[in-house]
Amino acid sequence: MELSGAQILVQSLIDEGVEYIFGYPGGAVLHLYDALFQQEELKHILVRHEQGATHAADGYARATGKPGVVLVTSGPGATNAVTGIATAYMDSIPMVIISGQVSLPVIGSDAFQEVDMIGITRPCVKHNFLVKDVTKLAETIKKAFYVATTGRPGPVVIDVPKDITAPQITVPYKYPKKVSIRSYNPVVTGHKGQIKKAVDLLLSAQKPIIYSGGGVVLGEASKELIEFTHTLGYPITNTLMGLGSYPATDKQFIGMLGMHGTYEANMAMHESDVIIAIGARFDDRVTGKLDLFCPHAKIIHIDVDPASISKTVKVDIPIVGDVKPVLEQMLELIRESKKKPDGIAMANWWNQIRQWQAVNCLEYDRQSPLIKPQYVIEQLHEVTKGDAYVTSDVGQHQMWVAQYYPFNKPRRWINSGGLGTMGFGLPAAIGVKLAFPDENVACVTGDASIQMCIQELSTALQYNTPIKIINLNNRYMGMVRQWQEFSYQSRYSHSYMDTIPEFVKLAEAYGHVGMRIDKPEEVRPALEAAFAMKDRTVFLDIMTDQTENVYPMIEAGKGHHEMKLRVATGTSTDRELA
Amino acid sequence: MRHIISILMENESGALSRVAGLFSARGYNIESLTVAPTEDASLSRMTLVTRGSEEIIEQITKQLNKLIDVVKLIDLAESFHIERELMMVKIKTTTGEMRDEVRSMADIFRGKIIDVTPTTYIVEMTGPSEKLDAFLAAIDPDSVIEAVRSGPTGISRGEKGLHL
Repeated sequence: MELSGAQILVQSLIDEGVEYIFGYPGGAVLHLYDALFQQEELKHILVRHEQGATHAADGYARATGKPGVVLVTSGPGATNAVTGIATAYMDSIPMVIISGQVSLPVIGSDAFQEVDMIGITRPCVKHNFLVKDVTKLAETIKKAFYVATTGRPGPVVIDVPKDITAPQITVPYKYPKKVSIRSYNPVVTGHKGQIKKAVDLLLSAQKPIIYSGGGVVLGEASKELIEFTHTLGYPITNTLMGLGSYPATDKQFIGMLGMHGTYEANMAMHESDVIIAIGARFDDRVTGKLDLFCPHAKIIHIDVDPASISKTVKVDIPIVGDVKPVLEQMLELIRESKKKPDGIAMANWWNQIRQWQAVNCLEYDRQSPLIKPQYVIEQLHEVTKGDAYVTSDVGQHQMWVAQYYPFNKPRRWINSGGLGTMGFGLPAAIGVKLAFPDENVACVTGDASIQMCIQELSTALQYNTPIKIINLNNRYMGMVRQWQEFSYQSRYSHSYMDTIPEFVKLAEAYGHVGMRIDKPEEVRPALEAAFAMKDRTVFLDIMTDQTENVYPMIEAGKGHHEMKLRVATGTSTDRELA
Repeated sequence: MRHIISILMENESGALSRVAGLFSARGYNIESLTVAPTEDASLSRMTLVTRGSEEIIEQITKQLNKLIDVVKLIDLAESFHIERELMMVKIKTTTGEMRDEVRSMADIFRGKIIDVTPTTYIVEMTGPSEKLDAFLAAIDPDSVIEAVRSGPTGISRGEKGLHL
C-alpha cells in the first residue's frame, strides 16, 4: 500500500488505536488536515487554543491511561502547546504531540511560522523526533508511542516538516507491530535482594507509614497497593497525585500529606521509623524543609525512574521497577515470611495516630452566612456520590478538592500537580468527558484560573461534552492572596481583579447554562439541578467567602511537625499545635 | 571531585544538545566535552569532565542514562583508566634564542613542532591535562599567541570496554 506522508500519519494513529486527536490547523499541517478530512475513523477535536488541545489530551490520558494525542501547526501553534507539554511532563502523563514544521529545505532560514520545536521542547519532553525521511515516519510514530507509554511515561513530540506530508510523494506503508530501541530498556521487575531487605525492614518497623503517589495511578497498581496495605495493617498517606489510588474512605487512610496535607499524615511522617515510598518522588510540596524531613525514618523507595531515587532525600533501600510487579513481589515475600508486623507496636502507633486525627484539622466554620468553599466541595461529593471525575485548575480550590472530596478510585482526580498549570481544568474535563460520556465530570475551578482557558467553552459546545464547572468565585487569586496574607503582611499585590466577567452571561454566550449562587442554602439545589441536566454544560458561579484560607498548611521553610492549623472558632487567626 | 564520564550514544543530530541542555537545565557544570563518532558509525562517544559531590555525580549519571539517545555510560574516575588531551600551542619565536628555548622545552615535554613560520612555532602535545598545564607554565606566557586544547578523553584499562 503506497501512501503519502499525511496519509501515513493518520493511518499510523488509527493502527495505533488512537480514538481522538486534539488539535488546531494551520499552514504547516494543511496536508495532514486534508488527510484527516478524508477518513472517519480518527476523530479530531477542534479546540480554540493549542494549550487547550494539550490539556484536553492530557485529561483524556489521565482518565483512561491511554496516551493523549495532539496535532498543532508550526510556530505559534507549537509554542502554544508547550505549557501543556510541560504540564504532562511534570506529572509523567503519556502523550504524543505532532507538530507541523516548515519544509526541510527552509528549516533554519527563519521561515514564516518557523520555530525550533525540538529545541524548545527538549527540556520538557521524554523524547522528541524530527522526521527527515517519509519512509521512517510510521516507525517514528510507533517509537513515539512506545517511549511515551513505557517506563516512566511522558510526552513525546514528533516534529513533521510540511514536505514530509506532501500528497505528491507516496511510499509503501506498513505500521510496525513492535519496535525496540537499543538505548531504551526500562526496568520492570525489582531487584530480589533489595526487595527482601525492604520486606525485612518493613516487618521490623515500630512506626511505619506507606507514602504513595502518582506512580501507583500510572502503573495501574491500585489493587496491589490496597492488598499490600491491608496485609500489613499500616497507615497510608497519598500525595496529591496519588489520591484515589487508595480508597480515601478506608480506615487505614490518613489523608494527603505535604503542604496542605492532614495533620495526622504529616505528623505520622515526622514520627515514623520506616517509610515506604511507592511511586512518589519526594516533591518539595510533600517534604517541606528537607533538613527536617522524617528525621527518625529509614526509607524504602520504589520507583520506575532511577533518577527519582535519592534525588532530594537520601534513600536507604532503593528498588527500581514498575510498582505493580514490585508490590506483587513484596506481597509474596511478606506472606511467606515467618516474621509478622509487631502487634503491640502497631496498636501504640495507631493509638497515637488516632490522637492526631482527633485534632480534626479539616474542620471549618459551618455556621458562616457566607458560602464556604469547603462546603461546596462536600456537597459536590454527596451529589455525585463520590464517584465523579473531578478536574481542577491550580490554587486554593484544587487543595479543597484534594482535602474534601475523598476519592475511592484511581484516575478520578485529574489535576496539574507538578507544573501547577492554571487553565488546565476546563480542557482536561472536556478530554475526560469524551472518554467517559456517561460519567459525571466536574471541573472545580476559581475565577482566576478559569479565565486562562475559558475559550474552550466553545469546544465543549461543539462536541457536546456536558461537564459541570464549579467556579469557586472569591474575586481573588486565592492562593496568592493567602500567601500574601501570611507572608507579606496582607499586602495583596495584584491578586485581585476589578473586572471579573459575569460568568453566567459568559456561559450563556457560549451556549451553555449559567447559574449564580450567592447563599449557602442554594448550593445543594444548584448542584443537583446542574447534574440533572445530563446533556448541558453548566457553569455554576459560586460566590464564596473571599477571605477563606486553605488549612492546615506547612509554610515555606518549615517541617511536617510545624503545621499551621485553623483555630477552632473559625476566625482567621491561627493556632500552632506543634 | 573530578569525574570523567564516558558516554556511548546514538550518532543522531541533536544528541549532543540533549546532553548539553541537561547540564545547563539542572545546573551541573561541564569542564570539558569531546565528542566524535566511534568505530561503529551509528554511535558516537562523548567524554565529559565534570565536578561535584557524590550525590550530584550520581544524579548526573542517572539523568544521562535517562536520555533516550544514551546507550551506555561509565564514570572512568571510578576505576583504572588512561586519559589524554591534545594541545596545539602557537608561540612567538622572533629570535634565535626564543626558537632554541621552545624547541628544548618541547623536547622535554615530548611535544612536536608541527609548523614553522619566520616568527612562530606551533607545538603539538598530548598527555594528561596536568602535563599540558605544566608545559604552559614552563614557557613565557607573553610568547603564547594561542593555545588550543581538545579537553581530555579517556579509556579504561584492562579487557573491559564501553560498547553495545
